[in-house]
Amino acid sequence: MMLSGWGNYPRVDCAVLRPRDTEQVTDAIGARPTLIARGAGRSYGDAALNRAATVVVTRLNRIASFDPSSGVVTCEAGTTLDELIEVFLPRGWFPWVTPGTRFVTVGGAIASDVHGKNHHLDGTFGRHVISIDLALADGSVVRCSDNENPDLFAATQGGMGLTGVILRATFRLRPVETDLVVQHTTRTQDLSQTLQALEDASEATYSVAWVDCLARGPALGRGVVYRGEHATLGDLPPDRGGRPYGTASIRSRTVPVSPPSFALNRYSMGALNAVYYRRAKTGRALVSYQTFFYPLDALLRWNRIYGRQGFVQHQCVLPLASCAEALRELLTMIAARGTGSFLAVLKLCGEEARGPLSFPFRGYTLALDFQATAGNFSLLTELDDVVAAHGGRLYLAKDARGGAGLLRDGYPRLDEFSRTRDRYDPRRRFRSVQSERLGL
Amino acid sequence: MSADLSPVLIVGATSDIGLALAHEYAKRGAALILAARQPDRLEADLLDLQNRYGVSARSIALDLLDADSRARFLDALPVVPGTVISVAGLLGEQERSESDAALAEAVMTTNYVAPALILSALANRMLGRGSGTIIGVSSVAGDRGRASNYLYGSAKAGFSAFLSGLRARLRARGIHVLTVKPGFVDTRMTSGMKLPAVLTASPTQVAQEIVRAHLGRRSVIYTLGRWRWIMLPIRLLPEPLFMRLKF
Ligand SMILES: Cc1cc2nc3c(=O)[nH]c(=O)nc-3n(C[C@H](O)[C@H](O)[C@H](O)COP(=O)(O)OP(=O)(O)OC[C@H]3O[C@@H](n4cnc5c(N)ncnc54)[C@H](O)[C@@H]3O)c2cc1C
Repeated sequence: MMLSGWGNYPRVDCAVLRPRDTEQVTDAIGARPTLIARGAGRSYGDAALNRAATVVVTRLNRIASFDPSSGVVTCEAGTTLDELIEVFLPRGWFPWVTPGTRFVTVGGAIASDVHGKNHHLDGTFGRHVISIDLALADGSVVRCSDNENPDLFAATQGGMGLTGVILRATFRLRPVETDLVVQHTTRTQDLSQTLQALEDASEATYSVAWVDCLARGPALGRGVVYRGEHATLGDLPPDRGGRPYGTASIRSRTVPVSPPSFALNRYSMGALNAVYYRRAKTGRALVSYQTFFYPLDALLRWNRIYGRQGFVQHQCVLPLASCAEALRELLTMIAARGTGSFLAVLKLCGEEARGPLSFPFRGYTLALDFQATAGNFSLLTELDDVVAAHGGRLYLAKDARGGAGLLRDGYPRLDEFSRTRDRYDPRRRFRSVQSERLGL
Repeated sequence: MSADLSPVLIVGATSDIGLALAHEYAKRGAALILAARQPDRLEADLLDLQNRYGVSARSIALDLLDADSRARFLDALPVVPGTVISVAGLLGEQERSESDAALAEAVMTTNYVAPALILSALANRMLGRGSGTIIGVSSVAGDRGRASNYLYGSAKAGFSAFLSGLRARLRARGIHVLTVKPGFVDTRMTSGMKLPAVLTASPTQVAQEIVRAHLGRRSVIYTLGRWRWIMLPIRLLPEPLFMRLKF
């Protein structure tokens, strides 16, 4: 079956299995020479693809227990954040960490150790995980936590499915009083203002900047900066009649077919970016959690707007020391090429997580989308060089094309990861198209 | 969901449609009793249903092929359910069941004999109370015997006829009987078959249509309604003609 990640690039013919219980997972491990787990397929590139066996775990989605006093939940790895929100938000609980789409699975969130707009305060998804049940290469199932198999626990967070198949996880949810978010929006004129605004927002629970990456010259790096806090009962608008969780589910619209790719050129992209920049309403607003956390989810399958050849995302994190300079270089190169991104997202990251392959570290992360064309690929290689020169790293959950060198330079704890794999999967049965490409 | 529809008893609960029905009814607040040959295998699902919807959910043992098990099941039922649904089904391999009498009997028992006996017994108990809903999941395969699956089809035909008779008998006595005829459904039963996407429903879609038909007090529905129009000429074609179609 032809499969791809969210970017529709690359597309690979994979044998697909859809287990419903632990036994079927361990059977698959016993029967296939190599395999990789796959959740909702929301990683962009080739991390969740394996020709011999791609084990889709979305049917493992049962909620095993919930403690309403602590917000600790245990569920199977295929449960999506969307399901968790549907079940637990009306009871006053929200995921501690959520990426920009709620259609990811718990297993995928752990394997990528995803971050949200609150990384600077709350770290990655893994920080809130208490234990993981993992199916290993020898077909056994083990629990790992800070006390049991701690090496495996760490390596699995951000381990891109290469340590085993996550079956179940126990983790904490965050108590919230309402399903609304108090959002503050500011507009900035250039890169230094954008960075300053993010720095100033570092006490806010959530912050993120959208950058107009086609603006050049003195406007380079201008953007819109959003801050957010979960609204309290006191913030409830009067029309809610005191109901804290009243948002009717927002209808999603689907992009029906891939539009012709010429719709995306430097003129249309430039226009879109400029419109977005001007349209942003500054000041305070009370918005739904969907609007604040998941603006893109309102347009299901928006990935189709990049056309049939698909697209890739380039997300790097850059150390604080040289990030202003590095960002300036990156944005200058992109603006000069003009085939750049519809989306450019900039966030401040906090401390590095325990996973040796976990992505974020203290600094700024920039994420950009590019159509998968030869011209863009050569630009991306140049961007990689800038990232490497400044001691940055690329995010594996978004990667579809990076080279092995970038992995080695960017992830100094790679050896620690390999040692753990030597112990639990010496024959490297868990592998993906990505791990083969990167020599992982 | 009004209280007299609850609890919902699902016979064949480990099937994909059975489990999807459990979610649809629990979402509407109904308590659940799930009958299955191996009730332990439902443990994770019962916890999931309780955690998600805050409803009570329990399982009960029932082996449709075993008359003693059926009797024990009926005795062990804690209450007269407000709603009972039979999703039980066994496709079997037509070719094998042409010569393997045991398999043929299993197909007939699972698709017709056992569900009809169980629904009859429960109908009598509902009559004592004067309310309730009985839902039988039959199949479009029961609308016409076909060379490729007439054993399964004939059992489903018997079940459909049983349900329409039961409906006629109970109509005036406060008990609603719904016959469901799914077309292709993307389940374990059909995994590996090449099914046309426009004619294939997901288990959740089928479950939602069933609940809608239940609440709308419909008598017979085809799930994915377009199957009604596909089956119409197939039902009406004269036998000599139909036999000549390699269908
Ligand atoms: C619109 C959009 C916005 C996004 N925003 C963010 C963001 O803000 N922050 C962020 O960090 N990420 C973001 N992402 C990326 C996304 O959060 C990650 O790619 C996430 O891992 C996807 O989860 P999934 O269930 O779809 O996993 P998949 O894409 O199916 O798999 C991703 C990886 O997880 C592994 N995996 C999945 N399930 C299991 C399992 N059960 N056991 C072992 N390994 C498993 C796979 O092998 C693969 O390596 C975004 C993605 C999209 C599409």
